[in-house]
Amino acid sequence: MPAHRAGTTTQLDPVEKSGTGRSPVNRRRFLGYLIAAPTLVVAAEMARETVWPESSPWASVANAAALPSPPQTPEYYEFVDSYRDACRPTNALLKVEVNKDGTVSFALPRSDNGQGIQTSFAMIIAEEIGCDPANVKVTLADARPELLFNQLTGGSSSTYSLYTPVRVAAAIAKGALLEAAAQQLGQDKRTLTVAGQTVVDTTGKAIGFGDLTTLAASPVTKAVDVVLKPREQFKVIGKPRNKDDQYAIVTGQKKFAMDLQIPDALPTMICRAPDLNGFPKKGDPSNIDEVRNMPGVEGVARIGNGWAVRARTFGQCIDAVNALQVNWNAGTLAGKSDADVVKQLRAAELPLAVPAVPGKTIEQDFVHYSRNGSALETNCAIVSFKNGKAEVWAPAKSPISGQKIAAQKLGIPQNAVDFHVIPGGGSFGRRLFNDSIQEAAEAAKAFGKPVKLMWDRANDCRQGRVKPLCTTRVRAVLTDDAVASFELRYTGVGMEVDEGLTDVLTSQLIKAPGGNLGVSETFWEISVLTPYNFGVNTRFMNEVNMGFNTGSTRNVYGPDTCTAREVMIDKIAERLKKDPMKFRTEFIKTERARRVLERVAKEADWGKSMEPGTAQGIGFHQEYKAVMACIVELDARPETVNRPIVKGKTGPRVTKLTFVVDPGLLINPNGYKAQMMGGINDGIANALTAGLHFDNGHFLEASWDNYYYTRQWNTPPEINIIVLEDSESPEPAGAGEAGVAAAMSATVNGWRRATGQEPTYTPLLHKDPLPFEPYPTIPPIPPSPTNSLEFLY
Amino acid sequence: MPDQTFKLNGKTVTVDTDDDVRLLWVIRDLLGVTGPKYGCGINVCKACTSHYNGKAFNPCSVQVKDIKPEDEITTIEGLADTVEGDGLHPMQDAWLKYDVGQCGYCQPGQIMAAVAKVRQCQAEGREVDDSAIEEIRNMCRCGTYNRIREAIKDGAQNM
Ligand code: FES
Ligand code: FES
Repeated sequence: MPAHRAGTTTQLDPVEKSGTGRSPVNRRRFLGYLIAAPTLVVAAEMARETVWPESSPWASVANAAALPSPPQTPEYYEFVDSYRDACRPTNALLKVEVNKDGTVSFALPRSDNGQGIQTSFAMIIAEEIGCDPANVKVTLADARPELLFNQLTGGSSSTYSLYTPVRVAAAIAKGALLEAAAQQLGQDKRTLTVAGQTVVDTTGKAIGFGDLTTLAASPVTKAVDVVLKPREQFKVIGKPRNKDDQYAIVTGQKKFAMDLQIPDALPTMICRAPDLNGFPKKGDPSNIDEVRNMPGVEGVARIGNGWAVRARTFGQCIDAVNALQVNWNAGTLAGKSDADVVKQLRAAELPLAVPAVPGKTIEQDFVHYSRNGSALETNCAIVSFKNGKAEVWAPAKSPISGQKIAAQKLGIPQNAVDFHVIPGGGSFGRRLFNDSIQEAAEAAKAFGKPVKLMWDRANDCRQGRVKPLCTTRVRAVLTDDAVASFELRYTGVGMEVDEGLTDVLTSQLIKAPGGNLGVSETFWEISVLTPYNFGVNTRFMNEVNMGFNTGSTRNVYGPDTCTAREVMIDKIAERLKKDPMKFRTEFIKTERARRVLERVAKEADWGKSMEPGTAQGIGFHQEYKAVMACIVELDARPETVNRPIVKGKTGPRVTKLTFVVDPGLLINPNGYKAQMMGGINDGIANALTAGLHFDNGHFLEASWDNYYYTRQWNTPPEINIIVLEDSESPEPAGAGEAGVAAAMSATVNGWRRATGQEPTYTPLLHKDPLPFEPYPTIPPIPPSPTNSLEFLY
Repeated sequence: MPDQTFKLNGKTVTVDTDDDVRLLWVIRDLLGVTGPKYGCGINVCKACTSHYNGKAFNPCSVQVKDIKPEDEITTIEGLADTVEGDGLHPMQDAWLKYDVGQCGYCQPGQIMAAVAKVRQCQAEGREVDDSAIEEIRNMCRCGTYNRIREAIKDGAQNM
């Protein structure tokens, strides 16, 4: 066991090995509570739990030639562990309830923005109870400040952090139902079983959960311990299940925040500055009275960094916002452009420790340009504020901080704010921040009326949070047949972390080796890993705060650092005259990873002959307890690169993509695959097309026809995602962000091999002539066209 | 303010609003029909895609005055009623079969675009193949494109 493990507060349990070689955490007894309530209510407490046992599939396997590298923190303790530890003290506050109509319900203290966690937790609960997942209603909990850290969605940690506590609560509920039924039927509890939403005895006599829940209710709160269902008996977990809201989605019934009809909550938009973070000069806009009299306009008020307009329709908000004549102060990066940012980062780069040895050293340097953090649903929130009480409806991943921010802005106590977490239209990191909630609270106060506040697309792109620009440097020193040292440096514009996540990381800082690291450094330390035996293996980061609005965007440091590493590995393999796949399988640290690499090679027919101008490329990544490998076939021939798409970015195309992932314990194959697919489309975009240009104090991109996220004409026509169902790893790995890095790095490697060029920046097409005419920054919102009827199809 | 009259999902509706308000806001903000989503307001993201007399269009980029009283506007909410029987439209069924949606925000627009694209291909005697699907511009930030492709091909079989 690595020595710094002792620093954690986590007690380690001895782990027995089952015949299958799995580590059966499920043999142990778990403690939870029956809560005093009129119907059956159960809470889970997780006092003790295994982190990564020494005998886990992560255990290192050294190769003959490879020079072993000492373990790095994420190999045994990564962000998801840190977050799970932070949640432990409050898990007992999570309740699984059995209702009088026989259904089971659970208010999930996380936010679902498409990851499908409501579905997977319904499956987890149903599995443990033995009922139908369709009768388990998982909703998103309102903000509950008493949960402290345990209501944050990020870092692909939701399932990993709550899997066991929720199972414990469900198992106790089942026990209580069986006990109540045993008394009713005059039978021994052990002869009873659950079928559907009923408990049945051996003669077939059944009593519904609805009838049992009052009987099973506990008059006092008491501790109960349970043994969880062994994995071998799973019937629901591991079986593909559709996302629970698919019907609502395809019929248009799914309600996002802006679809809610809250009395008097009128559309509200903000007039923002031309510069990033510019703000209005003192005094009213010269034409404020005129604008107040525009059709539909109900109010104009100064808030935050701009002027808010409240109107009958969003269309009228847009017109009024564009009409406002505001004098603006310069922004936080007035006059600056990407080149200035790169220069400043270069000056801040940390030195590499191992000296370069002539003839034995390979160095590599990348600039990774900023990426837009927008979801398709722009930043938004509804706030209603009356008589000293407020209600908030918003897609929020950190709702406790959101509640606090709203309360501060409204000048009321936090418990006077009811905060409803609404399913989001995508997140990718954006919804960890409560920017729009803060603005909606300010606007509701300024107008004295409820507001339905929504960002316009152009400003969501230009002023919203981005995954900030960074550089990566790698230096590898080689021996004749191995890697003696491998050093990675990341230097980036400061990555902002929301208050809620800051609290989590701060609470866990003491546990990371090295002690008092800052918040970003802590995240780096517990998330970035070089999973190969490369001798002296160092990885350090440095960030510079420059006045950008930043945040993670479908992964934090993973995609860029993985790309830097995986491209370097191709170069090393070439220098050592080895096949890049074979090289990886020889130098990778763990058997679990090797298996994933070998499988992807087989599925993709690695090494097959390819036409000139096309090539295969590999990428490998390990994070969130998942292990992933990707092989692309990339076509960089002129006829593909120059295929015409009106206002679309084409360029080289990934024509076929094979992806293998070891997801640990697989809950819902459909959902896991979907998350990988999304991550893959992000990875391809990151590699080829999706970058922002910062120019003269603002971002040029203002629409999806400027910022080139993957579209149908970019996505691989052929895609094969294989989710391994026989993982040796006992717990569910993260999914939401996991797929990006391997796909991004494989695409860059494919491009390098297809074109024979050395990449020095991502996205690879970033320095092509700008294929669009940037929208002006004044007026701030591109006006809506009027000619759609000319393009009917 | 003038009265604006048109047919929305089979019913005649009349709204009192200015001529230049874009149809998307009339449908969403004034009539409370929220299937079509805002994703850009400039005819780029296609999240608002609906049907104008059976053809795909983007209500964020049409003024309400340009819609005539006899024009039929169909949003995702009205799609199932455009086919026989009590069930869903075959394209909606295909979407369910392939478990397409993630956040679901783009999907009303995706389905409406897919239906129109298949009808267009059928009218022109073209196959609903990858190149036809790649004419669809609808943005999906969750990256569901590959399932969308499968669903469209499947749904087309039953249209
Ligand atoms: S909102 Fe209509 S195309 Fe984007
Ligand atoms: S499913 Fe989320 S944008 Fe398409």
